[in-house]
Amino acid sequence: MTDLELKIKSIRYRKKLLRYIKQAGAGHTGGDLSCVDILNVLYNRILNVSPATFDDPGRDRYIQSKGHSVEALYVVLADRGFFPESDLETICRYGSHYVGHPTRKVHGVEQNTGALGHGLAFSVGVALAGKMDGATYRVYTLLGDGELAEGSNWESMMAAAHYQLDNLTAVIDRNALQITGATETVCRLEPLEQKLAAFGWSVHTVDGHDIPALSERLGSVPFQAGKPSAVIAQTVKGKGISFMENDASWHHRVPNDEQYERAQRELDRHLAEATS
Amino acid sequence: MSFVAGEALGRANLEVFSETLLSLAREDRNVVAVTSDSRGSGKLATFAKALPDQLVEVGIAEQNLVGVAAGLASAGKCVFAVSPASFLTTRAFEQIKNDICYSDRPVKLIGISAGVSYGALGSTHHSTHDLAALRAVDNVTIVVPADNFETAQAIKSAARMSHPVYLRFGKRALAHLHDPGARFEPGRALPVRDGTDVAFIATGETVWPALMAARELDTHGLSCRVISMHTVKPLDVDAVISAATDCRAVVTVEEHSVFGGLGEACAAVLMQAGVPVPFKIVGFPDEYLATGSQLEIFDHYGISAPGLAQTAQMLLARGG
Ligand SMILES: [Mg+2]
Repeated sequence: MTDLELKIKSIRYRKKLLRYIKQAGAGHTGGDLSCVDILNVLYNRILNVSPATFDDPGRDRYIQSKGHSVEALYVVLADRGFFPESDLETICRYGSHYVGHPTRKVHGVEQNTGALGHGLAFSVGVALAGKMDGATYRVYTLLGDGELAEGSNWESMMAAAHYQLDNLTAVIDRNALQITGATETVCRLEPLEQKLAAFGWSVHTVDGHDIPALSERLGSVPFQAGKPSAVIAQTVKGKGISFMENDASWHHRVPNDEQYERAQRELDRHLAEATS
Repeated sequence: MSFVAGEALGRANLEVFSETLLSLAREDRNVVAVTSDSRGSGKLATFAKALPDQLVEVGIAEQNLVGVAAGLASAGKCVFAVSPASFLTTRAFEQIKNDICYSDRPVKLIGISAGVSYGALGSTHHSTHDLAALRAVDNVTIVVPADNFETAQAIKSAARMSHPVYLRFGKRALAHLHDPGARFEPGRALPVRDGTDVAFIATGETVWPALMAARELDTHGLSCRVISMHTVKPLDVDAVISAATDCRAVVTVEEHSVFGGLGEACAAVLMQAGVPVPFKIVGFPDEYLATGSQLEIFDHYGISAPGLAQTAQMLLARGG
């Protein structure tokens, strides 16, 4: 798939995830929009996994630690054929497996997440098992930046470096916001690159909305043999919808009818520009 | 010579655990032990030397211990996550709830030095809440073995289980309670002796004192049943109901808070089955715990032959 095709996919993913959030009356709009390009690149270019190979022990793994951005994951998994997109009509409905955080009841989801600070430890375990078995699969996990205040992440960072898990890549959705406001105001995270490096990781920063740049970085792991790789993806919370961008109040806000129409029109305009 | 329960002293359940785990791991290289600087207290030093590639050390980091265990299990490993029961079930409770139970990862959570095994080290090191906490979490079997036989069997059963299990035990040498020919099955209580006046339903290291109490009551002409309720969840409901229908009083005994553990589980069964019986839950009350060794704490709270005998007699006097 070309860069342009992926760019168009990203716009379509944004349209869909907004549609399902609107329909469900719930969802983590801001974070979905900040990480959807990362998911796009991972699932359409990087990960060696498909609905047919999901039970294969040698498949690549994607573990979404920031489980609240589940609508982005659902939309991408549906597009990859893990389940019919019509399933997403049931998000957050009584009796549906499509709840507001990922669970293994949904085909394509590796691990139940939602409480923060859990995905990295699990990913370390999967990567470690790969090393023990001499397997060649790679493990990717997506962390929120607000999530990094959970101390459990730093326990796992230590272990990943200690066991030289160069089959493990942690992508950090660095949108610089969390529910309360700026990460730097809530509880300072910077200097993040130095922190990760000091914990023994090989770190690169990338524009988290730049499809070619993301593809290049995520496809060139490990950055250093014997070290886990960290990708700080600089993103914009609410990316793609002008009035949602960089506004923490959209963390889990659902657009009203007027906002929804405006958002879809903006995305249609992006789509027209991209395809012209 | 025939077997007499409680006569011969065995070893600590902890030693039996480490020995059983080592033999399982020698047979199957997918068996992995994960420790949080706990290989010494878990008696896994021999394991670490013999099978270094099957031991994962994460340092003093219980949250990571449990999360890593879940990941290893997802990739096909038969994982024993070994850490003191208090730290394992308290510090890493959310990891147990989400990463193991909710995600249905068949990790074997091994709580060592459980209950008040650490004795005088104090409340930070005691796990008198773990059964209550985990009973309220969906999808985990809870096993508290009472002697060496139950421990070896429970570890072997755990290795075969395809869903999460929590096993907790202490480090004091215990008497043999079962004929080696006994049949251990998770969820099925093991009878230690039969009787019709009083039933002691006990779990873990309190089964032995319950047996000693039953012996003492023999001399008063009372016939006492002793049941090792090694599996606290799922509870052997039939064993509880028949104890309450066959006997005139029921005493439950556990190395745990009286809140939310074995006793309340049995009470709920009997109340809902409509089986009225004089009933007493023996465990630790809701208070700043007495200090001392494990046995001193047991004695203090009546988890002893004289203490339990007295409780039983009181219940009978009340109209059993
Ligand atoms: Mg954020």
